[in-house]
Order: sequence, then C-alpha cells, then structure tokens
Amino acid sequence: MSTDTKIIDSLVEGEYKWGFVTEVESDSAPKGLNEETIRLISTKKNEPEFMLQWRLKAFRHWLKLEKQEAEPKWANIKYDAIDYQDIIYYSAPKPKKAGPKSLDEVDPEILLAYEKLGLPLNEQKRLAGVAVDAVFDSVSVATTFQAKLAEIGIIFCPFTEAAQRYPELVKKYLGSVVPYSDNFFAALNAAVFTDGSFVYVPKGVRCPMELMTYFRINAADSGQFERTLIIADEDSYVSYLEGCTAPTRDKNQLHAAVVELVAHDNAEIKYSTVQNWYPGDPVTGKGGIYNFVTKRGKCEGVNSKISWTQVETGAAITWKYPSVILQGDNSVGEFYSVALSNHWQQADTGTKMIHIGKNTRSTIIAKGISAGHGQNTYRGGVKVLKSAVGARNYTQCDSLLVGDKCGAHTFPYIEAKNSTARIEHEASTSKVGDDQIFYLQQRGLPKEDALSMIINGFCKQVFRKLPMEFAVEAQKLLSVSLEGSVG
Amino acid sequence: MSLLEIRNLHAKVENHEILKGLSLTVNAGEVHSIMGPNGSGKSTLAQVLARRENYLVTEGEVLLDGKDLLAMKPEDAACEGVFMAFQYPIEIAGISNVYFLRAALNAIRKYHGKKELDAMDFIPFYKEKMKLLEVDESFMTRSVNEGFSGGEKKRNEILQMALLEPKLAILDETDSGLDIDAMRIVANGVNAMRSPDRAIIVITHYQRLLDYIVPDFVHVLVDGRIVKSGGKELALTLEEQGYVGVEAEASATAVAV
Ligand SMILES: Nc1ncnc2c1ncn2[C@@H]1O[C@H](COP(=O)(O)OP(=O)(O)O)[C@@H](O)[C@H]1O
Ligand SMILES: [Mg+2]
Repeated sequence: MSTDTKIIDSLVEGEYKWGFVTEVESDSAPKGLNEETIRLISTKKNEPEFMLQWRLKAFRHWLKLEKQEAEPKWANIKYDAIDYQDIIYYSAPKPKKAGPKSLDEVDPEILLAYEKLGLPLNEQKRLAGVAVDAVFDSVSVATTFQAKLAEIGIIFCPFTEAAQRYPELVKKYLGSVVPYSDNFFAALNAAVFTDGSFVYVPKGVRCPMELMTYFRINAADSGQFERTLIIADEDSYVSYLEGCTAPTRDKNQLHAAVVELVAHDNAEIKYSTVQNWYPGDPVTGKGGIYNFVTKRGKCEGVNSKISWTQVETGAAITWKYPSVILQGDNSVGEFYSVALSNHWQQADTGTKMIHIGKNTRSTIIAKGISAGHGQNTYRGGVKVLKSAVGARNYTQCDSLLVGDKCGAHTFPYIEAKNSTARIEHEASTSKVGDDQIFYLQQRGLPKEDALSMIINGFCKQVFRKLPMEFAVEAQKLLSVSLEGSVG
Repeated sequence: MSLLEIRNLHAKVENHEILKGLSLTVNAGEVHSIMGPNGSGKSTLAQVLARRENYLVTEGEVLLDGKDLLAMKPEDAACEGVFMAFQYPIEIAGISNVYFLRAALNAIRKYHGKKELDAMDFIPFYKEKMKLLEVDESFMTRSVNEGFSGGEKKRNEILQMALLEPKLAILDETDSGLDIDAMRIVANGVNAMRSPDRAIIVITHYQRLLDYIVPDFVHVLVDGRIVKSGGKELALTLEEQGYVGVEAEASATAVAV
C-alpha cells in the first residue's frame, strides 16, 4: 500500500454517533406480511375505509410482483435477499396514556432521544423557525408549531391524522404522483406504510418557517415505511426538510419510503434531505439500513418549481431517485445531490427529469464521494417528450475518490423526442490527492480538517442550496462520516 | 541558538537516497539561497523540512529553535513557524482563497492559544497583505489557486506567507514561471517580510531572482550535499562557471583537505 492510501485510510474512519437505543415499551405487530398485517395497521391508525382498500389493492399488486421476482435488480448494488416475512411492519412506542395530545404526555425517554439527536421538541428549547414532526418507528410522536401554522391555513401533521381529518385531500392526492403500481418498493410501501408527514399549503401562502420531519428507527427487526405527501396550492411556497438516524445494529433493516410532491400554478416546493441512517459496521460491513426510497414531484401547474436537495451520508445501501415530472409549461425541476459511500456503503442514486410542458427547465448537480470500499453510482435520466417544446436540461455529475479501493460509476440516460430540446451533460472524476492534503497541512490545518475542507469544497454547489442550519449540519456530518484517528 | 540547525541529513524517497549528509545552519534575520542543478535535492530538502510523509529521513537531525523538527507532523511544523512556498501550488476547488487563508491563520492561532478570527475580524489582516502583493478583491473570492495563472499562484504563496508570518520561510523556485513584473511583485513581498526574527531560504536555480532578493549566504547543493557556501557573490560565480565548475572546484578542495 502506498503512503498515499495509508494517509487517506487513516482519515476515512468515522464513528456513527447516533447509534444509541432508547428503552421504550412498544406495541408491535408480529413479524410477517399478509392481509392481516395490513388490516391491523389500518385499524391501529383508525383509518377511513378507502385507505384500507387502497392498501389491500397495493398489497395484492405487490404479491404479484413478488411472485414475478420483480424486485428491482438493475441497480448497481449487492445485498442478500430480503425475507419480507421476517420484518416487523408495525412498531409503536406504547403511549403512557392513550394518544398523547401534548408533549407532557410523550414518554420522556423519547423526548430525550430527540434531544440527543439535537432536536429538542419541548416548547422552551425548540429550534427557532423550524416546525418538526418527529416520527419514531411507525408513528409520529410529536409535531411542533402545528397550531401556529394552522392560523395561516397550513396543514402540517402526521399522515395518520391527515387521513382522519382531511380524507378528501388525501384521497385526491395519495398515489397521484407515485401510484402503488410504480415499482416493487412503492407497492410495498403503499400496503404497509405506517406514518409520515402531510403538508398542505393553501393558495397564496408562503410558509413562514421550515417544516421538518425527523425519522428515527429505534426498534429492532422492524422496517420503517413512511409516506410523505406535500401539496403546494397555487402561488404558494414551502421549504421542507427531512432528517433520519437509526441505532447501531448488526442486522440490516429496511426503510422503504415514498414521497409525493404536487406543485400547482406558480407554486414552489423545496425539499431537502440529510440522510444519516446507520451505515453498517465500518470494518465488517455488517448491518445498516437499506434505504430504498421512491421520491417524485409533479410540477402540475404553470411556472411551478420543485427542487430536491439531498445529502446522503448514511445507510448501508441507498437506492433513490428523487424525480420531477415537468408537466406545467415553464415549470422548473432541480436536483442537487451529495452522496457519500464510505467503508462498505453502496449508493445508487440520481434523478429523473421528465419534460412534458413547454419551456420546462431542469438542472441536475450530482456529487458522489467514494471512500474506503464504498461504491457510488449516479443514475440519471432526462426525458423530453414531444410536447416539450424548448425544454432545457443541464446536468453536471462529479465524482471524488478518496483512496483507491472505492469506485464511482455514472449512468446518464438521455431521451429527447423534441428537436428543440437543449441538453447539456458534464461529468468529471477526481481523486483527493496526498498533495492537496499536504498543502493544507503545511498551512497549519490538521489532516482531518484538510480532508474535510477538500470535500466541502467539492460539495459546495449543493450545500449552498440547503437551508442555513441544515448546511452547517450537513458539513459537520460529512466531516464526522470521514473522521478518523490521526496516525 | 540558531533558528534552524540541520546536521548530516540523509533522506530517501521511494528507496532512493536523495539527501546524502546535508548540514546547514540558519540564524534568525538571515536570508539564505540554495542553488543547484535540477534533481540535486532542493525540493526534497524543502519537503523534508515541511515534514512531508513520504520522505524518509534515515540519518541526521534537524532542530528548529532547539526543537526536534523531524518529530513533528506537517501541521505542527507549520504551526511552529515553518512555511513552504510550493514549487507547484495546489488547487482546492470550491474553497475560496479568503476562507482558506482564514482557516490557516486560525489553525495557527489556535495552536498558540490565541483567539480565532471570525470573517469580520479577518478583513484588516488580509487587506494590507493584498496591497503588498498587488492583488484585487476577486483574487480572494476565487477558489484556491483554481484557474490562477502561474504568476498568480506564486503571488498567492507569498500572500499566504505574509499573512501567516512564519519564523522560517522556504521558497521553492518561487521565481519559475514569473515574468519580470510578477518577479518584482513577489520579490517586494518577500523583502517586506525580512525581519530580525525571521529567516528565509530561497531555493532557485537561476541567479536572476537574487538580483531582487539579495541573500546573505548562498549554498550550492549538488547530489544531495552542500558542496560550497559563500556570500551573495557566489551566485554570480555560479552564473559564470556553472554548477559543474563549482562542483569540480569544491571536490578538488575536498581532496586537498
Ligand atoms: N516522489 C518522488 N518519487 C521518486 N523520486 C523522486 C520523488 N521526488 C523526487 N524524486 C527524485 O529525487 C531527486 C531530487 O529531486 P528534487 O528534490 O525534486 O530536486 P530539485 O528540486 O533539486 O530539482 C530527483 O532525482 C527526483 O527524480
Ligand atoms: Mg525542485
């Protein structure tokens, strides 16, 4: 091994700091997946009948897919077959009283867990300017600033609550962007999803604070299947953030989420993710979350805009392609991504921009960082339909390698059916050099800070798109994920 | 006590011995020039002093202000006052020059237990140095060395040196790739840094730079050893006789001794 790789090696050893387990009594479904499981979930959630029917349809579809062995195999990832009967599909911390209505009734252990995660939920300590929906295993345990948002007509609540209180909205939009038949994991999610967030921003309203959902997997052997639905009505704006962590466990856990966004005329949705699921053991690669997620937004209205920004640092495997359907004329889709695969992590991530309306524009900036034995794949599609006169896309896809045992792969797919379309694609691959690190060290910076500076520079275009507090968080997270002992 | 004391230094790169018993004493306040043909080991010496890890010291010792420099990590050597202006400055994409400079200054301040500077506090520090090196505001907001011309990169090195105020500055071929104007600016920057408590080692293989930065001592490095030392006139002798001549003369002297 050259000195070069030794230096790099010593740098990329990080420690997962969110791996603690919270001791709570939980109410769990038995392992296994059948119609009974789904009825149980629906009952637990006290859902209207249409929800149960939709879930059952999805489940039957999933069974068909499973029989056809239709679990997606095209991604550049490797994992042992998942035993879908060996997963707990519903696990909720037992409330001290039935259905906690205020924070005083939430189990203090859970409040403490969120505090440890840097997300205090109680009134005095709340993050200013951020409303938080805290999802713990299969249920939302608390949502802050709900009443304040309601004053201006914004609905921000757990999905379960939305299904009960706003069934018309849910019925209208659920599955309208990601139908249950979309893919194997989307079908599974539709059948068994347990909670998630629901957002509705009415006409002409600019949401005055960031909305955030924090997903925490706590229970062992459980999967997390959440569903988020965000609707921005005409002339509205909302910025939504999503964060997630899980305990250190040596068995893989499945997280199969679905996110649907709908933007009406002149509306804008900005969706940011900092994904920090447990990545598995750094040495053996054992354990970690399988992050198999379907995220899609629809720019339904004219001049509407949807931006996805993601910083994917965790998870053993990430399979995720936040996409935008550009249906309204002049609508805009953006995808800004940083994906880090360190140790034995695998990421196959990217986006799909589907241009339907006239003069629709999309921008894709994807930054992949591979370290250790990590494998990082960018997979992106740009599709311009015949109707999309004047469509434009700009794609920039950069890979950074730290050390020489990792890999970076790029699969851009371009399909243009309209000759007026303008599509630009740029790609680069570079390596963090020993000389770069030495240069910074020679100026007084410790090795870790040097690597962290180089990586942050590489990710700058994406970090700039994150809300301020998240950007700082994301930078810290990247440093920690790459942190190690200085030899 | 001398600022820098190098005794019988032997160093290897990838199993080739490059430095073969080099000794040199540098006092605070002095400017030394090290000259020598390509491949004689000048950059190797600079890198060893800056503690680059793939240069293996097999024999000898180096004291900086009486401290064992060879025991230091690169960042500690930097914080202890060793600055090296790179022969080929490195580019760091996405990091603005001003951010980088502040991070470097703060790392050194932190090491010495001084308060770190925020972006506002930092302004007066770099404004003055910008004037010295005749660079404009855009120079500070661009990414470190990215898209810089050869001359701009070298100016940036000296700007960093001016800002970090090292005890010992080693300039590795700072003159290479400079036109006459850039040479003057760089030399002005270096001369402004001359001070009784700082030493500067100027590595070059052309005499030209030494018209602008006049050294107190000139050393000739050939094949990993200093074969001759003298005053600033030695640079001129070298210009006339070439390294081969000086080396032949030196070995003749060695034989005579
Ligand atoms: N990283 C390296 N790997 C192998 N050989 C090297 C390396 N660096 C320098 N050398 C060799 O060491 C010798 C001295 O190089 P250097 O110190 O750069 O000389 P100078 O700066 O005087 O031109 C040369 O023969 C060069 O090829
Ligand atoms: Mg050299």
